[in-house]
Amino acid sequence: MIQVALPAHLRTLAGVSGDVSIEVSGTVTQRSVLDALEERYPMLRGTIRDHVTKERRAFLRFFACQEDLTHEPPDAPLPQDVASGKEPFMIIGAIAGG
Amino acid sequence: MSTVRVLVGTRKGAFILTSDGKRRNWGVSGPHFTGWEVYHVKGSPADPNRIYASQTSGWFGQIIQRSSDGGKTWETPGGGMQMAPGGMPAGESNKFVYDTSAGSGKPLTTHQWYDGTQHPWEFKRVWHLEPSFTDPDTAYAGVEDAAIFRTTDGGKSWHELSGLRGHGTGPKWQPGAGGMCLHTIILDRTNPKRIYIAISAAGAFRTDDGGETWKPINRGLRSQYIPDPTAEVGHCVHHVAMHPARPEVLYMQKHWDVMRSDDAGDSWREISGNLPTDFGFVIDVHAHEPETIYVVPIKSDSEHFVHDGRLRVYRSRTGGNEWEPLTNGLPQENCYVNVLRDAMAVDSLDKCGIYFGTTGGQVYASADSGDSWDPIVRDLPAVLSVEVQTLQ
Repeated sequence: MIQVALPAHLRTLAGVSGDVSIEVSGTVTQRSVLDALEERYPMLRGTIRDHVTKERRAFLRFFACQEDLTHEPPDAPLPQDVASGKEPFMIIGAIAGG
Repeated sequence: MSTVRVLVGTRKGAFILTSDGKRRNWGVSGPHFTGWEVYHVKGSPADPNRIYASQTSGWFGQIIQRSSDGGKTWETPGGGMQMAPGGMPAGESNKFVYDTSAGSGKPLTTHQWYDGTQHPWEFKRVWHLEPSFTDPDTAYAGVEDAAIFRTTDGGKSWHELSGLRGHGTGPKWQPGAGGMCLHTIILDRTNPKRIYIAISAAGAFRTDDGGETWKPINRGLRSQYIPDPTAEVGHCVHHVAMHPARPEVLYMQKHWDVMRSDDAGDSWREISGNLPTDFGFVIDVHAHEPETIYVVPIKSDSEHFVHDGRLRVYRSRTGGNEWEPLTNGLPQENCYVNVLRDAMAVDSLDKCGIYFGTTGGQVYASADSGDSWDPIVRDLPAVLSVEVQTLQ
């Protein structure tokens, strides 16, 4: 099971507390994790990436294993510790404003 | 005994204020959707317990919320665990995708950007929700970048009425300071095929065929900030109001100028009269007196606060031109708030109640048509919108 850490506002929207656990089939990538997340929690569609283009929303970042994976290709494999469920895939609201 | 429910959208959530018909003692519920901007909350005339809310965020985009119990509980329609055959979500309430199909004519893909170049349409948020008079599952959404969408399944899915964007003048539309937003939608109870909308900064438009085709209705408007002050489109209309008993008569607060039309928008004339400034955002009509209208003059387009440090609602009982300041109960010194375009509403009790919210977080109510005012709440986040439901 993949562990995904959501920003507080998206946890509220999805009606969950803490990290969520999702099943991902095949290679664990940004795309496959987000596909599985949106299938399990349809109310999150459009809040992390665009409905049509699937591009990441500008003020969100993807972190895992102390690395910023935001600009990695969406089909690149995520670190083994994420794939094994040891470390969470973190969706972070960027600090913007002041 | 009648009751009143005031639906307030703010920069950091929604609030619901309730009172009996005396409108003296108020209960406050909220914040709902804490931390999100709530541009608009509006109830269905066909089923007052059905309420729609536009919840939006620069980080997470657009969410549509729906209540079926008068705002006690909320859901994202179609966004829960409802699955259609095949395992896909049954609906996507926040999916606003512009229609670019060949079958709907020639949808435009660009509008004028701040620097005069053409810029592609990009969905940002829903500014206004207008539920149908007859069907609680049907509602319209006015969005930024400017377009109108409709749902007929209670908000699960939304489809653009692309004839508006495809009207042909789209390349001349441009964003105002708040973005290129479709902020006003007025349905005509006597003519289901007729809808009025207004866009900053494009102007007002009308359809007489249920949204298939649209025409600009801006003749008589004069705007010095565009190259041709009397152009067919390009005007920064801030809000339009109509009395349901006289659907041919429209009142408009333009960027500058308060205007009136007696022919369903085909022509306009100025009715600013003796207002201290005719810049402003809100305009509304008394529930029982179609010639009684309300505005809140704002000092200027670069000073978005009330004139002279005094919060004054101006009322005209003559359909414009002759205005009186209403100050009883409102701060008359050191007041520098704004009242945004969707932040005034009227109830239908006798006497008519008037409500408005400020960027300082106050929601004021008058239970006597504006003669006197009291704050319902004083310290909410900046108020974006105010709507009222009169419940029997």
